[in-house]
Amino acid sequence: MEQGPAAAVGTAGAVGAAANAGAPAAVGAAAAGALSSGASAGYCPVPLPLSDSEQQCYSELFARCCCSSASATSSSSSSSSSSSSSSSSGHPQPPPEVGRGAPLPGPAATAGANQVGELFRASQLPAETLHQITELCGAKRVGYFGLTQFYVALKLIAAAQSGLPVRVESIKCELPLPRFMALKNDSEIRYSNPVEFHGMKCQIPYVTMEKNSFKRVDDGEKQDTMSPTMSPISSPPSSPSNYQRVPLTYGYGKLRSGMDQIHAAPYEARQLALQQEGPTSGSHGPKPTRRQTSLIRSLSVEREPQESNSNYPDDPWRITEEQREYYINQFKSLQPDLSSFISGSLAKNFFTKSKLTIPELSYIWELSDVDCDGALTLPEFCAAFHLIVARKNGYPLPESLPQTLQPDYLQSAFLKPKRDCALFDSYSESMSVNQQPRDLNRIEKTSLKEKVDLTAPAQDVNIDDKPALKISSMDEAMPKDVSVDTASPKDLNTVKARPRSRSYSNTSLEEAMKRVEEPPTPPPRPQKSHSRASSLDLNKVFQPNAPAAKPGLLPPPPALPPRPFVSQVLHHNTSNDSVSQPKPPGQLPSYSDFRLLEQTDQVSEIELHPQLTRTPSQTEESGSPVKKDLPPSKPIRRKLRPENQIMENQEPPSSVSGPSTVPIVKPHAPVQKQSSKQKKAIQTAIRKNKEANAVLARLNSELQQQLKEVHQERIALENQLEQLRPVTVL
Amino acid sequence: MAVCIAVIAKENYPLYIRSIPAEHELKFHYTVHTSLDVVDEKVSAMGKALVDQRELYLGLLYPTEDYKVYGYVTNSKVKFVMVVDSSNTALRDNEIRSMFRKLHNSYTDVMCNPFYNPGDRIHSRAFDNMVTSMMVQGC
Repeated sequence: MEQGPAAAVGTAGAVGAAANAGAPAAVGAAAAGALSSGASAGYCPVPLPLSDSEQQCYSELFARCCCSSASATSSSSSSSSSSSSSSSSGHPQPPPEVGRGAPLPGPAATAGANQVGELFRASQLPAETLHQITELCGAKRVGYFGLTQFYVALKLIAAAQSGLPVRVESIKCELPLPRFMALKNDSEIRYSNPVEFHGMKCQIPYVTMEKNSFKRVDDGEKQDTMSPTMSPISSPPSSPSNYQRVPLTYGYGKLRSGMDQIHAAPYEARQLALQQEGPTSGSHGPKPTRRQTSLIRSLSVEREPQESNSNYPDDPWRITEEQREYYINQFKSLQPDLSSFISGSLAKNFFTKSKLTIPELSYIWELSDVDCDGALTLPEFCAAFHLIVARKNGYPLPESLPQTLQPDYLQSAFLKPKRDCALFDSYSESMSVNQQPRDLNRIEKTSLKEKVDLTAPAQDVNIDDKPALKISSMDEAMPKDVSVDTASPKDLNTVKARPRSRSYSNTSLEEAMKRVEEPPTPPPRPQKSHSRASSLDLNKVFQPNAPAAKPGLLPPPPALPPRPFVSQVLHHNTSNDSVSQPKPPGQLPSYSDFRLLEQTDQVSEIELHPQLTRTPSQTEESGSPVKKDLPPSKPIRRKLRPENQIMENQEPPSSVSGPSTVPIVKPHAPVQKQSSKQKKAIQTAIRKNKEANAVLARLNSELQQQLKEVHQERIALENQLEQLRPVTVL
Repeated sequence: MAVCIAVIAKENYPLYIRSIPAEHELKFHYTVHTSLDVVDEKVSAMGKALVDQRELYLGLLYPTEDYKVYGYVTNSKVKFVMVVDSSNTALRDNEIRSMFRKLHNSYTDVMCNPFYNPGDRIHSRAFDNMVTSMMVQGC
């Protein structure tokens, strides 16, 4: 909301002076009229004088609160209030439209308690004052914020901000318009942090807090309504543009609504714990504000680097560690060299699997391909992947690339996980030692490059980090030591803070999303290097073949387009039970789609081995095991595995347990679903066989070609021989 | 200040048309269409000449009393047509060229997007924003 003109324009007019309400004509009149009627009949015995500007301002505020509340209540219970607050929760409309375009709800309309609470908090008055105000205005008595109560409350806020005591009498005099800081439409967001605003770590707890607040509102407890509502609305950090905040907040709203069903137990527990922390209303006051500010903080992308105790995970545009690793693994599956690009067509195929519409993918590409070169570097790829994930989770796409997804930001961010012992260890498992120094070198190069590229002021923090990072990365390169403990001390505090704060991501919203949506298996372990090392030929041979062969062969039973790397990932997940790590992570909806989609492909050696062990257990695939002996049969075996996995995958996703690493073969063995399984298995076996046929045919043709070449060489050699031979026949 | 900007494909169908005053949209569409003839004329006149920046820019196609039409053709025979309000204190030729250059760059960026199939309508928001900025400021 625009800050009303600070100058008091109080032309005291009688309440009944509906005629005075010139500006928003009918609106103002209705408001004034309502107020008068409300005033007379309601709590406030004194007719409330409202100036024109005040009427306008108040009515707009009220409309905003009402709209959001109305939409909020209409939509899922939780959400709303917060996110878009003023604008409709479910629909990402630009706030100004709603603010101005929405007609004033009738006098009987009530402002949503959450929005109101948030609005009040945005006034930056101490919580006690706000409590007083709510009591005075009568909202508590009547149990809701009607027009009258709202207006009175606004007046009281103005009075309080002017330094007057919060009394009914105060509002009789002329007052400036109440000022609300950090509201959505503010072009300048002032995070003038009052003492209360000091980073708390509550993260998503606000979600359930909000739910509870809703319940409490029903009970008529005003204090609670004011406290827990965190709406990102007032928070919206200065992401690149004001407009972008809106989608962010909208996204939050949607996300929260999604969260309702999804709510992971740990969240509940945490939230309850947090709620219990502030049992009484008295302590409630500062707490919610703190929570709110922490939320504000978390959403404040810019401040993030500077505030080490701010709450990172709340930012939907921040990539968590697990996500990053997952993205990097996916990148490696597409393009083993982490420092080079993924071509446009390759990326297109990959992202098309996510089942987003082409225009959306096109837009995501636009956002993430910063240098517009038609190819994706690792940070660009991660940004794009992250946007896709977010989009699939219901977040509206931002207008411009969030700062946390900028390539240079991600580039520096990537350096940290390298330092992180645990993560790097997992990395080292998959990456050969050779890759590590290569990556580090790349990091050095890119950090250098990034230094040059940095322009935006917001990235200054990164600049500071870079020298430290470079130094540390160089140090790392020397010993090739994964654990970067020695290097970390060299980091700047901000850099250090990031990995630390990232550890919070375990409790993050995204993690919950991921947890919920992920099929129970852990994220992919590429093992590509491993497989390549062991069976180079096959991979080379079958990689190009497989994708080509598959589209023709695969009949489309739901969601089974061949995707090599994804299937490989899948294979890893299911097969490499022992190898799979405990980290849940990056299971994203797209990932689950991929898994389902997954058919055949280049399976790594490792898969082959488990497959070998598995095939005996698969009676339906009796035909294929025969071919195990020959190298060309390996693809067949691989395809058998997808069968297993498909069957397996179909079941685990239904059960949302998180047992990732159980050898899934055995649970499936149980007789329960064998008949249908057998059918599917047979069908998949047929499919696999067809694919194998195609692959073999291609192999055949290639060999034929080689044979021809060899023949030609032989002929040439024979000719030479004849020429060299002394002429015997004259 | 440009009142209408159009991107026309090689086969002479529009990839992107945008006009500022909405009520004259049809008129501008018609204008752009008829200007294609002039474009073809100029292009054929150039013949097999080496293509360079200068020849990409076709210059004033034809003026009317209300507005002027400028043309620009890319190496792949994609044409940009810009209709400029005559009342506007005449934009310098260089300004028009720079506008076309910007258009060309944005178009290239759109092309780089693997999800864009050449021949599709252009829906890119970045492109839209750039065109909007050109139409509003006319810079």
